[in-house]
Amino acid sequence: MPFVIKRKPLNLMEKLYLPEIARGLSTTFKKIWEKPVTLEYPEQRPTIPEGYRGVPTLVRDPEGREKCVSCQLCEFVCPPKAIRIVPGEIPEDSEYAHVEKGPKEFDIDMLRCIYCGMCEEVCPEEAIWLQNQFSMSGYSREEMVNNKDKLYELGGTLPDEHFKWNKKKDAAAKGGGH
Amino acid sequence: MEINPIVLKFVYAAVVVSVIMGLCSYAVLAERKISSWIQGRVGPNRTALPLVGGIPILGPFLTRLGIFQPIPDGLKFLFKEDVLPGHVNKFYFMMAPVISLVPALTTVVVVPFGRFVNEAGDVVPLVLANVNVGLLFLFAISSLGVYGVVLAGWSSNSKYPFLGGIRASAQMISYELAMGVSVLPILMWVNAPGKEGTMNLFDIAVAQNGFWFAMWMPLSAIIFLVCLFAETNRLPFDMAESETELVSGFHTEYSSFKFGLFFVGEYAHMVIGSCVFTLLFLGGWNPLPFVTLESLGMGQGILGAVLSVGIFLGKMCAMMFFFMWIRWTLPRFRYDQVMKLGWTILLPLSIANLILYIFIIYYLDTGL
Ligand code: SF4
Ligand code: SF4
Repeated sequence: MPFVIKRKPLNLMEKLYLPEIARGLSTTFKKIWEKPVTLEYPEQRPTIPEGYRGVPTLVRDPEGREKCVSCQLCEFVCPPKAIRIVPGEIPEDSEYAHVEKGPKEFDIDMLRCIYCGMCEEVCPEEAIWLQNQFSMSGYSREEMVNNKDKLYELGGTLPDEHFKWNKKKDAAAKGGGH
Repeated sequence: MEINPIVLKFVYAAVVVSVIMGLCSYAVLAERKISSWIQGRVGPNRTALPLVGGIPILGPFLTRLGIFQPIPDGLKFLFKEDVLPGHVNKFYFMMAPVISLVPALTTVVVVPFGRFVNEAGDVVPLVLANVNVGLLFLFAISSLGVYGVVLAGWSSNSKYPFLGGIRASAQMISYELAMGVSVLPILMWVNAPGKEGTMNLFDIAVAQNGFWFAMWMPLSAIIFLVCLFAETNRLPFDMAESETELVSGFHTEYSSFKFGLFFVGEYAHMVIGSCVFTLLFLGGWNPLPFVTLESLGMGQGILGAVLSVGIFLGKMCAMMFFFMWIRWTLPRFRYDQVMKLGWTILLPLSIANLILYIFIIYYLDTGL
């Protein structure tokens, strides 16, 4: 509902204007001596709050496996279509072959990404995370596309305790599985 | 060795102009620093000269103060692309920045920076041209600066600069009047009957050995100061630029060094304005009211000359600080407010002030 704020009529001192200027000057003069509130960026870094949405990255589990199973849900949900995934099989000679799939290629175009965090939210495997890195730069468009290696390098390891793949592998060995 | 006096004048002129230009570039730095302090920022603190910046303690200290910043600031103007838009009137477009800077530098010649007592005991002003019509010359030439602005606005052949130019000229006309009338009491006082008539800025400064004019003509001082802000196009009166409405006003179409000239011109006007205010109202090079360098016994020879210049420059820098301090305190006026203030308040006030002082000075001079 609209309402009107009543303005006080100006008193004589305010109408004369100059006293008010003097008051303003004294305010700004006091400000000169106060400590600056700005950070000197490259040396001083801001503290990143909990739940910050920085550059999206891929993570591995504590045993070094990639958690992503290339279900492509993130690719599908990504509003600006920043993610491109080429799904692939895990090679035969790997210990983890036949358990799940893995991405062959995984590119996130950081010129498109809007840091919305939808990919993190949708991922069933908790494989993609928006972490703390907030500044990205490059000299070409190609440089601004994070490929799979880069994503894992940025992502690091997620210290979770599920070890889902081990369980699946055990189950498969006992004849269960898919 | 006899030095040709004309050569000497050239040397003086070169010295004074380079000092003014140096002051301007450091005024830009001061402006940036003061604005940052008032706004709770740090301001320019990165630029370091390779050798000087390497000195321990002193180097980083100077770097943090931004002492070397004016050098890249100036170089930037030289190396940026100089765009000459296709739709402008080329001749006047090129002339305008020059026209706005030249009057500012020309007025310097009548501004005395200090005084020197020679062996014969005569007080010699340290000034390029000690002309009798000093003040008049100053008013006449410094208001020519607005032609640069108007010409820039007109020759740019686009709307924002044009509006900026129009505003600048209207503002100049409205405030020049009040400014001229507000200094008349001073001239009446200095030219008391029986004295030799003068409009020399040096004599006006000498007349303030006792009271400074700001003390017993405070209203004149305030009106003059407000008009000075308007004349130099400084906030809260920078209607000609007024970024919020006019993009960048009269210099919207200018780039690189041509813009640099406008920029320096603005600061040069400010330096001169501060000098004039110091001379007219703040006692010139007298350290305190009723205290002159002579009465302190330090008025003689080179020391006295250096002291007088130092005190004068100190006061001038304080005025410059005041200019910047006001800029970061007051918001810009609306254009109609500027006009209203000029015509309905300052002009009548300055005339009333004049009449008041006519009576006061009459009674003081005739001894009631
Ligand atoms: S954060 Fe949003 S925009 Fe960026 S990759 Fe994830 S889903 Fe796409
Ligand atoms: S990151 Fe998650 S959502 Fe995206 S493909 Fe891999 S498992 Fe699926």
